Amino acid sequence: MSLEKADVEKIAHLARLQITEPEIPEYARNLSSILSLVEQMSSVDTTGITPMAHPLEVAQRLRADVVTEGNQREKFQAIAPATENGLFLVPKVIE
Amino acid sequence: MHNKTLSELAQGLREKAFSSAELTQYYLDRIQQHDGNLNSFITVTPERALAQAKAADALLAAGKGEALTGIPLAQKDIFCTDGVRTSCGSKMLDNFIAPYNATVIEKFNRAGSVMLGKTNMDEFAMGSSNETSFYGTVKNPWDLQAVPGGSSGGSAACVAARIAPASTGTDTGGSIRQPAALCGITGLKPTYGRISRYGMIAFASSLDQAGPMTRNAEDAAIMLNTMAGFDARDSTCLDKPVPDYTADLDNRLQGLKIGLPKEYFAEGLDGAMASAIDAAIKEYQKLGATIKEISLPNTHLAVPTYYVIAPAECSSNLSRMDGVRFGYRCENPVDLEDLYKRSRGEGFGEEVKRRIMVGAYALSAGYYDAYYLKAQQIRQLISDDFKKAFAEVDVIMGPTTPEPAFNFGEKGNDPVSMYLSDIYTIAVNLAGLPGMSVPAGMVNGRPAGLQIIGNYFDEARLLNVAHQYQQVTDWHQQGPEKYL
Repeated sequence: MSLEKADVEKIAHLARLQITEPEIPEYARNLSSILSLVEQMSSVDTTGITPMAHPLEVAQRLRADVVTEGNQREKFQAIAPATENGLFLVPKVIE
Repeated sequence: MHNKTLSELAQGLREKAFSSAELTQYYLDRIQQHDGNLNSFITVTPERALAQAKAADALLAAGKGEALTGIPLAQKDIFCTDGVRTSCGSKMLDNFIAPYNATVIEKFNRAGSVMLGKTNMDEFAMGSSNETSFYGTVKNPWDLQAVPGGSSGGSAACVAARIAPASTGTDTGGSIRQPAALCGITGLKPTYGRISRYGMIAFASSLDQAGPMTRNAEDAAIMLNTMAGFDARDSTCLDKPVPDYTADLDNRLQGLKIGLPKEYFAEGLDGAMASAIDAAIKEYQKLGATIKEISLPNTHLAVPTYYVIAPAECSSNLSRMDGVRFGYRCENPVDLEDLYKRSRGEGFGEEVKRRIMVGAYALSAGYYDAYYLKAQQIRQLISDDFKKAFAEVDVIMGPTTPEPAFNFGEKGNDPVSMYLSDIYTIAVNLAGLPGMSVPAGMVNGRPAGLQIIGNYFDEARLLNVAHQYQQVTDWHQQGPEKYL
């Protein structure tokens, strides 16, 4: 398994991670080495095996659809990088 | 004072040999004295600790309180603590003052224990050596050239150096057991779902589990009594009664069936480590246990499977770190994509970025079946191996790690060689089983850990099995000379 420069750039974009040009060869080498490790899985025939969803085979618990948390907007926004009038600020999205 | 166990400290508080305020100040002084070298804490919280100690003293004076009331503890910096920085070892959360408490923290608060501070860790719990922390490496108190293990390296080092009586850790692929082994302490990863994950910053949600890191099994039982239990705020937490984990500690081991997986004693295991584990097994035979060789045939697939599942889940979990609502934000973003990419590119360290990318790749269009689905199928096979084994034996034993603590930088260039240091611990997480590491000897002056794996919800038995060994050996009482 060997990733090319373009593969690394594509994956970094999918993950919304900026990586710099000089870092790419190192990522390509390390990611390829991890994917080669993972390749060992392909030697196993898993036909008909149910994928494991939870170690204890329990179903997802449901709860009543009612409000259980109080409003703490000010507390939660106090740690935000930028807010205004209760809104989170990001760079302009629509021209 | 600093060699006392949790029950000895509790007794001292009740007999008024010392107050919680004095005890807390004593440990804060020890942290001040020793942690400059060790770097096991990211944040020390003296004012908060002394306020909690004062409150605990009032409770104790009124004849109230429980086993951990007034006892100072260290919390891994992965548990959200209201009003205190919760960094998860990352630049991304360096400015993150958690606005609420994790359930684990809430439970310790309710028990009246004292938080000394937040311990250092590999960034977002991704690492086996503490070398990925944004706050610098933690040193192993046994040898400052050696890594403490990871990711709960700070939690292991502070207990080994006796600058905290006990601590908490989290274990996704060995992050409690491996550092416990490398630092010569006792660590327990409970059954998946035994302890609430609410407020514990998620790495791989189907594998993460919190647990105690202590000097012996009795202390671990005391800690687990407080930590375990159902929590409606964690949808994967299991609603099962919590027994008193100290109740079975004194049970005899006569007739205990121990399985030794041949795959855990094969190629790759250090010779001196193998001898240490053999000696521990002989102690168990003397205690009346019987030994049976078993096979966990899919052991070799655990690391490859884990490195699909854990990165896939981490790429999803860490998508919330986007520079918008909390945490690091880059300077002067030109547009939203630039904000995301630079905040994440600058805020995350190398190893975290690598794992996010592996996960993003494994989950990308067209690859899901070949990677994530395949890994979940193999996970079932690995889990079935354990099911078969537990039909024949009560506990499984082997080494926690293939070798004792390695030196800083020794596995620096190749992530895969680092990943293989968790070869004996990872399968336990994939299967969701409880596992422990207990000190079981020394190899070249560095601690060796014996791993004990139990069936689902068999923590009480694991603790009993560990405790009985600690009644006839003194490895758990040994410590690095400088800190005794």
